[in-house]
Amino acid sequence: MSLLHLAILSPFLLAIAVPILYKHIRSVHTGWFVLGLPVILFTYFFRFLSATQNGETVAESFAWIPSLNVSFDVYVDGLGLLFALLITGIGSLVVLYSIFYLQKEKERLGSFYTFLLLFMGAMLGVVLSDNLIVLYTFWEFTSLSSFLLIGYWHHRERSRYGAQKSMLITVLGGLAMLGGFVLLYIMGGTFSIRELIGQADSLFEHPLFTPALLLVLLGAFTKSAQFPFHIWLPDAMEAPTPVSAYLHSATMVKAGIYLVARMSPIFAESGVWLWLIASFGIATLFWGSFSAVKQTDLKGILAFSTVSQLGLIMSLLGVGAAALHYESIGENVYMVATVAAVFHLINHATFKGTLFMVVGIIDHETGTRDIRKLGGLMAFMPITFTIAVIGAFSMAGLPPFNGFLSKEMFFTGMVNVLNMDIFNLDAWGILFPVLAWIGSIFTFVYSMIVVFKVFGGKHQPDKLERTPHEAPLGMLISPVILASLVIIFGIFPNLLSGTLIEPAVASIIPSLLDGEFHVHIGFWHGFTPELFMTIGVIAIGILLYLTVPRWKKVYYALPEAWSLNRLYDKTIELAERASIWVTRLFMTGFIRSYLVYIFLFFIISLGFTLYWQDAFKLDTDNTAPIRMYELILAIIIAIGSVAILFVKSRLTSIILLGAVGYTVSLFYVLFRAPDLALTQLIIETISVALFLLCFYHLPKINLKEERMTFKLNNALISLGVGVIIALIALSAHSNKLFDSIASFYLENSYKEAGGKNVVNVILVDFRGLDTMFEITVLGIAAIGIYSLIKLRMTRGREADENK
Amino acid sequence: MKTNDLILQTVTKVCAFVIILFSISIFLGGHYSPGGGFVGGLMTSCAIVLLLLAYDLKTVAALLPIDYKIMIACGLLISASTVAGSWLFHAPLMTHAYSYFNLPILGKTSLHTAVLFDLGVYLVVIGVTMTIIQTIGESE
Amino acid sequence: MEILMAIVIGILFTTATYLMLSKSILRIIVGTGLLSHGAHLLILTMGGLKRGAVPLLGEHAEAYVDPLPQALILTAIVISFGVTSLFLVLAYRTYQELGTDNMDHLRGNEANE
Repeated sequence: MSLLHLAILSPFLLAIAVPILYKHIRSVHTGWFVLGLPVILFTYFFRFLSATQNGETVAESFAWIPSLNVSFDVYVDGLGLLFALLITGIGSLVVLYSIFYLQKEKERLGSFYTFLLLFMGAMLGVVLSDNLIVLYTFWEFTSLSSFLLIGYWHHRERSRYGAQKSMLITVLGGLAMLGGFVLLYIMGGTFSIRELIGQADSLFEHPLFTPALLLVLLGAFTKSAQFPFHIWLPDAMEAPTPVSAYLHSATMVKAGIYLVARMSPIFAESGVWLWLIASFGIATLFWGSFSAVKQTDLKGILAFSTVSQLGLIMSLLGVGAAALHYESIGENVYMVATVAAVFHLINHATFKGTLFMVVGIIDHETGTRDIRKLGGLMAFMPITFTIAVIGAFSMAGLPPFNGFLSKEMFFTGMVNVLNMDIFNLDAWGILFPVLAWIGSIFTFVYSMIVVFKVFGGKHQPDKLERTPHEAPLGMLISPVILASLVIIFGIFPNLLSGTLIEPAVASIIPSLLDGEFHVHIGFWHGFTPELFMTIGVIAIGILLYLTVPRWKKVYYALPEAWSLNRLYDKTIELAERASIWVTRLFMTGFIRSYLVYIFLFFIISLGFTLYWQDAFKLDTDNTAPIRMYELILAIIIAIGSVAILFVKSRLTSIILLGAVGYTVSLFYVLFRAPDLALTQLIIETISVALFLLCFYHLPKINLKEERMTFKLNNALISLGVGVIIALIALSAHSNKLFDSIASFYLENSYKEAGGKNVVNVILVDFRGLDTMFEITVLGIAAIGIYSLIKLRMTRGREADENK
Repeated sequence: MKTNDLILQTVTKVCAFVIILFSISIFLGGHYSPGGGFVGGLMTSCAIVLLLLAYDLKTVAALLPIDYKIMIACGLLISASTVAGSWLFHAPLMTHAYSYFNLPILGKTSLHTAVLFDLGVYLVVIGVTMTIIQTIGESE
Repeated sequence: MEILMAIVIGILFTTATYLMLSKSILRIIVGTGLLSHGAHLLILTMGGLKRGAVPLLGEHAEAYVDPLPQALILTAIVISFGVTSLFLVLAYRTYQELGTDNMDHLRGNEANE
């Protein structure tokens, strides 16, 4: 357990403390207690920069389940560190923002920050684990904690729906991913990502390679909301805005991207990988940006915009994999795609975080997020407006913001596809730049909508719940920091290139590391196709923005019934109905049915085993002789127990049971078990007394109610059980597979334990722990009986008092 | 209907005493002859049940003012501390110790920590049986 | 003897199962009582019967019967007493509260509510 482990687990530890702090210190906003942790973690991880910059990695190991090859190994390399910094950095800003966003009087802050910390810790675990199983555990933890966060306002039906949807889809993907991990383990014999990367070449030859690839990708696509799994993201917008800013701009949705980037060294050789990621990414980009324009809810726009931006990064990662096939090219131009992916990842976190926070401010100050109601806010909230312009223009890809740079590089990466001649890319590659370009136009359009529909236009005070005014200072700090980062990264992109981007790219494409590889991001590349594409985007974008009302009809061309959401809803409904049906089929609520299942299963499994293993054996040698009185006793038991079946009187059946019990104790005498005989005698006496005490309160046995078929069924089942048991008893006597362990007890009970009654020595000494727990069980039974009887009395008294 | 249970009551007075004595003897001798905590405990509770039958709940409660639930707890505590006590001597759980002593009157006798454990069992068994019977009896 | 015991055990289990499948609670409880008798005898029979003297070392016998099953059964007897009494109280409280001991009427199912 190293400091690094502690850093990953610290959010979990704090999450335990948060509810206690919340309960006892109500005067201070709970967020202030939480804020320190991400800041400390951020500075802690910041110190690793110098190491990763030199291509070093830091690894720590801690055995968790060694027998299963699962150890809690963590390591920090360029990629992991980049994500860790994003998680803790954006995390700090979000916590700060949430302190002002969530009012301490109204909200359940204890739960909120507990969930948030759980999520933060889980994300850190995902990006820093080396072991696939550990990664998977944390991965599902992010799904769980985001479920809690999205459903934080659980009294809203939409929140619950959104939470469930995101959970179902991401967990489904997570399970698929687990399958992929297991396949990787089968192929490589290890769960360690680094070791798997080491044997990437041999894995590529393995027949299970493609199934593993598909399963892992399914996990990544569901998490990163790639088309057609993107439907959960817009519904997840029901979460409080700080959560959206955190989960859906910087962290959770990027986990899928992280997974793809992390797995690239293993899978990137494959054409399937390249094609799937690139095409799903580009389709998501197009569909997300296209759908975003249609939205009227500001957060809805941002949700679809996130979907499309994730698609953009994804497609870049896919195209970037092509670089592996062109090692000969000196200055590997295809590297630019991967560089752009990493760069855009950072940029997206900054500008999307900014925009989410801006939307939160608008929601907070005006009471609505509907763009049809908003307008003219420029005059009321100038600072928010400035921040929004920075964020949105960066998203649209306008200079001088960081979004412009990565968008240019994105175009470069996509245009480069035209030069590729592998995996049929020469035939279909043209689609990539075209779709990228169209997607970018829509991106431009919705970015403009976010800014000008809200802040420009006419102010409509009658539609707003509150009079808008500028947000409190504290709420502005975080977006201002992020917006300034947008500008700083835009003007000085090379601040990032050496420190963060290069090490991260090195982790994604390690094989290209050996050569001198340096990232340099510049503004001006001359009159390249990319520049003309950007100019085209702006020109057509403005045109489309101005004419939105005219072509908005396109969105209604597709009937509602065909939408993916509808498909999801139908599937869930069907699944629910089917499970109810199946459950009702056997969960009848009759205890008798369950007993029948148990008995039938008992008969079938044991009977089948007896038959299958050929275990039944009848051995008449070595049996003890039967004496007359023993036969009589056996007959008494048989008659007594059968007679119970037919008697109608309660008293008779109790007496018969007692008779059977006393006879059994006589058997114990014959079988040389004096302790048993004594105990059985006394127990039987007390039991009968007990039965007689209770039987006054019990109703008469009514045999007539039971029908003939019912009786016959029961008789058959019970006969089956009896026969099976008798067969087992006979076989157990006839088969002696190994010697009795009794000799140990007989030899040692006087030597070691100083007792001569071996049975008692076993009870109190050799197997004393059994006895210990047995008396505990007895105590529990007594308390159960006591409370069954006594608790009712107090309740009855209370009820009387209420009258 | 008032029954005349003078005979029962008189016999019980003697018998219960004898049964309890016998049960204690059986309990203590458990390590060498049939008996032990379970049987001893059950037999003692049998004696108390006999008293209950002959007299009534109130009389017996006045005679033996014991809260049987606390008895269960005490028994569990004694057993558990005997089990855990071996920790104090850096021995594994449940390690018992015994030795032989020459006591006045009784002569050579072995004293055994297992008896302490059995005492816990004895108390729990009495406690459980009596709690069950008393609660059911009281509920009428 | 072992074969005779196997038959006795079979009968005990048969009747116990039959009783447990019936509708009246009291019969079910009596069934569990019979079932525990059957199980105890089964354990004892599996260990072999009458193969030696009572397992008291003071007897100085050549051979003793297997003490382990006896210890297990002793535990089981006391536990089954606890279970039976819990069942009894449960049954009688249920009857008091709900006015029936018919398992069909006690069926726990949201559809009936």
